[in-house]
Amino acid sequence: MILTQIILVLFIGGFLAWRIELQRPQSARWISLIAIVFSFVLLISFANDNHEIFYQYVQISQLPWITKFGIHYAMGIDSLSFILIALTLFLGLVCVLVSWQEITENIGFYYFNLMASIAGIVGVFCATDLFLFFFFWEVMLLPMTALIAIWGHEHRHYAAIKFFIFTQVSSLLMLFAIIALALINLQHTGVWSFDYFVLQKLSIDSQTEYYLMLGFFIAFAVKLPSFPFHTWLPDAHTQAPTAGSVLLAGVLLKTGAYGLIRFVLGLFPEASLEFANIAVWLAVISILYGAKLAFAQTDFKRLVAYSSISHMGFVMLALFSFEQVAYHGALLVIVAHGLSSAALFTMAGMMYSRLHSRDLSTMGGLFSSAPRMGGMLLAFVAAAFGLPGLVNFVGEFLSLTGAFKVYPLQVILAAIGLIGSAIYGMYLFQQSFQGKVQHQIIDLDTRELFICSSLLLLLLLFGLFPELILNHFQEYSMSYDLISNDVISHDLLNSLSTSQTYVELLS
Amino acid sequence: MQVLAYLPFYPLISFLLLILLSKRLTWLQASIISVGSVALSALSAGYLIHTFMLTPESIVEAHLWQWFKLGDSDVNFALRLDSLSAVMISVVSGVGFLIHAFAAAYMKDDENFSRFMSYMNLFITAMLLLVLADNLVLLYLGWEGVGLCSFLLIGFWYQKPENAMAAKKAFIVTRVGDTFLAIGLFLLFREVGSLTITDIMSNPDLSTLANNDMAFWICLLFVGGAVGKSAQLPLQTWLPDAMAGPTPVSALIHAATMVTAGVYLIARMNNLFLLTPQVMTIVATIGALTLLLAGIAALAQSDIKRVLAYSTMSQIGYMMLALGAGAFSAGVMHLMTHAFFKALLFLTAGAIILALHHQQNMFKMGGLIKKLPMISSLFFIGVAALIALPGTSGFVSKEAIIAELYSSSTAGPMFWWAAIIGALITSIYSLRMIFLTFFGQYRGTASIEKPNSYLLIMPLFLLAVLALVGGLIALDLSALFISEDIDKSAEPNWLHTVAIATPFVGIVIAYLFYFPHSGKNSANNITENHSKLTLFMQNGLGFNGLYSWLLVKPFVFISKVNKNDVIDQFIKAISWNVVAWHEVLKATQSANLRWYLAMLGLGVIILLAVLLGQMPGELA
Repeated sequence: MILTQIILVLFIGGFLAWRIELQRPQSARWISLIAIVFSFVLLISFANDNHEIFYQYVQISQLPWITKFGIHYAMGIDSLSFILIALTLFLGLVCVLVSWQEITENIGFYYFNLMASIAGIVGVFCATDLFLFFFFWEVMLLPMTALIAIWGHEHRHYAAIKFFIFTQVSSLLMLFAIIALALINLQHTGVWSFDYFVLQKLSIDSQTEYYLMLGFFIAFAVKLPSFPFHTWLPDAHTQAPTAGSVLLAGVLLKTGAYGLIRFVLGLFPEASLEFANIAVWLAVISILYGAKLAFAQTDFKRLVAYSSISHMGFVMLALFSFEQVAYHGALLVIVAHGLSSAALFTMAGMMYSRLHSRDLSTMGGLFSSAPRMGGMLLAFVAAAFGLPGLVNFVGEFLSLTGAFKVYPLQVILAAIGLIGSAIYGMYLFQQSFQGKVQHQIIDLDTRELFICSSLLLLLLLFGLFPELILNHFQEYSMSYDLISNDVISHDLLNSLSTSQTYVELLS
Repeated sequence: MQVLAYLPFYPLISFLLLILLSKRLTWLQASIISVGSVALSALSAGYLIHTFMLTPESIVEAHLWQWFKLGDSDVNFALRLDSLSAVMISVVSGVGFLIHAFAAAYMKDDENFSRFMSYMNLFITAMLLLVLADNLVLLYLGWEGVGLCSFLLIGFWYQKPENAMAAKKAFIVTRVGDTFLAIGLFLLFREVGSLTITDIMSNPDLSTLANNDMAFWICLLFVGGAVGKSAQLPLQTWLPDAMAGPTPVSALIHAATMVTAGVYLIARMNNLFLLTPQVMTIVATIGALTLLLAGIAALAQSDIKRVLAYSTMSQIGYMMLALGAGAFSAGVMHLMTHAFFKALLFLTAGAIILALHHQQNMFKMGGLIKKLPMISSLFFIGVAALIALPGTSGFVSKEAIIAELYSSSTAGPMFWWAAIIGALITSIYSLRMIFLTFFGQYRGTASIEKPNSYLLIMPLFLLAVLALVGGLIALDLSALFISEDIDKSAEPNWLHTVAIATPFVGIVIAYLFYFPHSGKNSANNITENHSKLTLFMQNGLGFNGLYSWLLVKPFVFISKVNKNDVIDQFIKAISWNVVAWHEVLKATQSANLRWYLAMLGLGVIILLAVLLGQMPGELA
């Protein structure tokens, strides 16, 4: 029940923050902070006592929910879920801290939405019942929409509606696919089930499988986001309050990546393999198109938003190359981008609170008055353009090295994105902190320095010791895990002895 | 090996201290920490080489930790000292130490002194990791690290837009090269299955790479990386602009160490390059073209640092030429001696610039030999080594290169001639620089302040000694480089004479053209030439304009064209349609009874008409 406890702690924490704020102002942020720290402690102590979650999928709870349709309240955890939940909770902490002074209106309700969204995300990462998954998927989106619509910047309504429509339309497709999957299962076995492991064993004819896979794929490609489903993201990121941007870029996009790994590749390995070529091209276009558009922006947050599109392209490229090395790279990019984009948006929030502007063309020379801030921004930009020593580099390097075996041309094109990231990264840093001094600003205070340095330390830690993460994915063989997928290995790879033919099959 | 494991990290500790304490440190404290840390590295290097590098085959290894797994092979944070990296760490930490000491004096009055020294320290760490890395991924870490430090130091005086611009240019242009290198690594890993240098070198299947063309592509991509870092054609344009950085930076990064990283890479991967004579010839050609073009560009510069920058490009061209010709030892030798004399030249130029209150234009100098005799003589020593006068270190290494070109299977007489003409140009532009700077009348307006700090002068003396006798340091790299026995019997016997005589010819030519002969030429006669040809040469033979026109402008144009994301316009079109139809349909709901009745009637008539049309038979 540990996962349920974590979700409940978050949700109740948010609710209490909302109600108590009405009586005792300034209490909401403390309650939220305590709730997140407490749930973090719960997670760590659980993982400490149950090392088996790093080697296999562990079902934590399985309660009947809507028995008529065989829907269960079923939760489980493995290394992938654990790392993403830990990332979510850590960034949740960052979110609370960056909102500390930024939010001045309707504070209690704000924290309720923030906490509800975090709780929903945690639920997404551990639901094993597809219906429950869909439930949490919606739970995380609605409060997020509220965060953008109520506490956002000047065009918040437009951005919130766009975000809402994009995600709803795409999740509708996923809902169709889920129901179709359950119906097929009903035909085959005669019982209703939305259980992930049951549905995974289902054998579907390849045509249907392909369409079902597409339903899931589009939902997750919107979330990732991948070209051409990305246009909600720049608006949502730019208009959201700082914590909203951090949460969006840091974790919400990762639910897309998680969905690709767990559901698209996990449930429909053969269809994914068939689709891989298209997905890889979409990834390459995302990488280059995102980088190109990032350079053209003059709005700090918009630039970072487009860079997210570029970076998440690496995840998709790596995942659809079906290579162990690339898969490890994708995992690291997920963590790396979660930390570095969160850091950049945090930075954007801190600069906005001082300058009341996100317009890069009016900034300049900030380094003279805020050297610590400049140093931090440079470090985060360096992470974004993949400076070795920071975790982004290892992620991108492994992704590309692994994918190169299968898709050399696409990887070469994607590598051009490395130049692109240097261009927009330098542009971002130089426009704001170098050049003629335009503004005098206050340097980072203790709270801000704490946020930035803890993000930087994690980027460095995982950059120098990526095995801290990858260790948990080495001998890890779950029945539906992408790499050792039984379906792939039995139906496909057995007949194809060498990787050479495998490559031919893919292309 | 503990000593080796700690060696690169002393400057890193200093970097952290300086960054964290920054302005709380006094000048003395910051200097002691930063210069001392590099001294520690230099001492460790000296100790290691003295104690362990007794034979050419000696190797010292230090395994720090496992970085990550790459397929079946490990990528480790592991350092490896062999005879090649021993040369490199001696240069990096030794020359680096001297330049740090100089920099401490040079930058004393800068308000961001400790920030400057911290970047310099970080650079030393990255460079040491680059040359000590036991695998290519760690090498790439150092490779990118030095790039970042170069960016930071070129743009150290960031408030001037042109400095920031130069820093960005250096970073992005080298990044293009880095990307080639990265793709080369992907390809190499796919073919060999490991990125550890010893694994690659000892791989028994390496020769198969030559048969399926893969060695060609891998080496070509590595050359792409090397030309970016080492400022060779066609990625050379960033180096002259990089002179915007403080002069010690130019000496350390853009002359002695970082720009030779490309040379080091090719020398390091020599086994691979030897598999592909075509790429060797490409390297030689790049070297030959760069040394000629950079030499020609150096002839027209008016900024003393830009002359030295082009000269650096040209000298690295020699190293590339040597590598391409298979004369790896000679190339590495020239790398080392060049580090000595070019660091000396840059630092003495820095001392002059400091004495003239940051005047860098040679046409505003002149007659300095009388005003700054000591600095001038040090500068002359540097120039003597640069143009390879006998008795200097430059002579030893450059003659060693030239001697191997004529009969090399991957180079040949053409390359030999290129090297000779290059040597001629070198001595012409060097002497032009000397005549403009030190002879004739002083043409400047600023008062001259003699540098008197020992910290400033001592490194110059030590470097001058090295520039003179550095050629006597015997490098035995035979364990690494398989020396081919070249048949030199077909060489004409005047080759050596020509090679040795060339610098003197250049001196005579320069004397005739540029010497400010007293009486005939008054001080006013020496003015900058603004003819089109001069400007063309000054701007690096048009490459900047070409790239701006070919690459930068189209890129900026494309990015501006689609700033608002054309995909988003499609999405907006959908929502516009929805709204438009909503408005149209809303208009029909007018709450007007007559309108509703009329519509009802119209609908009935249309329906009837359709029905009647479908049943013609029954009615008829």
